[in-house]
Amino acid sequence: MTATTQVPATAAAPARETDSSRHKAQRAARRRRGGAAGVLMAPFFVLLTLVFLIPVCTAVWLSFFSDDQPGLGFGPERTVFVGLRSYAAVLTDPSFLSGLSTVALYCLIYIPVMTVGSLALALLLDSGLVRLRSWAQLGLFLPHAVPGIIAALIWLYLYTPGISPIIDVLGKADITVNFLGLHTAIPSIVNIAVWSNLGYNMVVFYAALQAVPREVLEASVVDGAGPVRTALQVKAPLVRSSIVMVAMFTLIWALQLFTEPMLLRAGSQVVDARFSPSMYIYDAAFSRNNYSLAAAASVILLIITIAVSYGVTRWTNRVNSAEESTR
Amino acid sequence: MTTAELSRSTLLRPRLLGRTTVNVVVAISVLYTMLPALWLVLAAGKSRDALFSSNILSFKDFSFVQNVKDLFAMDGGLYSRWYGNSLLYAVLGAALGAMISVACGYAFDKYHFRHKEKLFGLVLAAVMVPQTVLALPLYLIASATGVVNTFWSVFIPVLFNPFGVYLGRIFAQGYVPNEVLEAARVDGAGELTTYVRVSLRMLGPGLITVFLFQLTAIWNNFFLPMVMLSNQKLYPVSLGLFQWNSQATVSPEYYPVVIMGSLLAVLPLVLAFIFLQRFWRSGLTAGAVK
Repeated sequence: MTATTQVPATAAAPARETDSSRHKAQRAARRRRGGAAGVLMAPFFVLLTLVFLIPVCTAVWLSFFSDDQPGLGFGPERTVFVGLRSYAAVLTDPSFLSGLSTVALYCLIYIPVMTVGSLALALLLDSGLVRLRSWAQLGLFLPHAVPGIIAALIWLYLYTPGISPIIDVLGKADITVNFLGLHTAIPSIVNIAVWSNLGYNMVVFYAALQAVPREVLEASVVDGAGPVRTALQVKAPLVRSSIVMVAMFTLIWALQLFTEPMLLRAGSQVVDARFSPSMYIYDAAFSRNNYSLAAAASVILLIITIAVSYGVTRWTNRVNSAEESTR
Repeated sequence: MTTAELSRSTLLRPRLLGRTTVNVVVAISVLYTMLPALWLVLAAGKSRDALFSSNILSFKDFSFVQNVKDLFAMDGGLYSRWYGNSLLYAVLGAALGAMISVACGYAFDKYHFRHKEKLFGLVLAAVMVPQTVLALPLYLIASATGVVNTFWSVFIPVLFNPFGVYLGRIFAQGYVPNEVLEAARVDGAGELTTYVRVSLRMLGPGLITVFLFQLTAIWNNFFLPMVMLSNQKLYPVSLGLFQWNSQATVSPEYYPVVIMGSLLAVLPLVLAFIFLQRFWRSGLTAGAVK
């Protein structure tokens, strides 16, 4: 490229010469920058290809093929194209569908509780009425530093009769609760997730609230709005983008539900090996060694995740633009 | 002004009431988050019999030291092995992963190239893809290449942190002024030299934030090691404790060991979060305000 546009600098005017050399220098600089960008980005994109793109493509490919054993299972195993058969098998499998409805119910309880709870706490902490604010924040945030599996372990013990002081205390008041029963297992799992992430999301909201301009708040006080009205009608709408972000990440994580029920299986009859879609995938892949079934379930879970997050983004964009047009 | 003063005086009484309510609500929430952690600390000091029989607050059967000894002696000292593995996966992985992600995020902010926003969209899409979806294909790829059940089968995938790229781009925008880069270019410094000597230093706080987030994620990681590893000696703490806990239903001597092991496994992250508060708070701000 640069060689063809090079001007032979024999009898060129000085002005032109500096002009062309500047061009040359610029082009060289641009190339150098391109090279630098390449060097800085290459390691990440190598990883992206290795542990993201290739696996996703592999999952899609696997879901269309299956190991068939002709001749009543005595013949040699061969891999054949089965089209959408694995998808049909997953979508008609009652254990997968019940896993989906379990996660749907889990999301329905978990996301509102988490979003409203952490936002409410952030608003309370932002009200300026709380003593020892940074200690309270640290205390609320602490569970986030507890690994998910250990959080589930702690709560499993707190749900286990004989070990749990909670059940002990309730027992003294003649209340018997089975935290891992048919109707309590999902709320108990929600509780573990809320405990782990409440403080984290509270800090996200608190950070966003700190960025609300003070003039806006002063204006609302001058207008005679009390602290509750200021919090609900002025502050909360201003951190809407954070609310959407928190709800979205909570949703994406909730759809992957795996660690907590996996651990609670030890103490509960209700939680089985295919309790959630992620557990179904694990069970299909590593207990039943049915790779095509697991891959099809993975792709379905992936499509649900993408569809839901796309839907949430579209919906909030529409709400946002509608709000702006009414202003 | 007068209306404000007026409302302040009439609101004084309910406000006092409000202050109490607010503090009580916050205090209850803090108890909710802290008490289970406190239970872990207290339960870690109990012998097996005391765990099942006595009051949680009584110190009659205090056997904290004995539990620590039991923990490190159990199954031929596997726990210290797991702890070392976790440190290796998490500290090394987070350090290297943060460098890789932040460098990429920096390039996204400071350079112009074709299809830039499309590529960035791909990075954001990667944030959303569930780990469980990738686990089976990753396992098959690892088996095909022969790295399954080795250190690398866990270490390489955890380096991948698309959210770190997103944060890196925001930090590069906020912390590294373009004028600085222009000045370095005028001085004739190479692009990569500028990155290493100038920009990286300015990105320091951001780098620590990404490191801390990734450290937490890797330390918590449980699914990937469970899929990849069958050799107990390569387990991280999370997976090891999970396995011991499954055995505890049959042989209860594992209970005190699992509880003590959990307590020790929580410590590094709690300490990291307390000492590096300044950084992760700024990181969350960057993510929240955007």
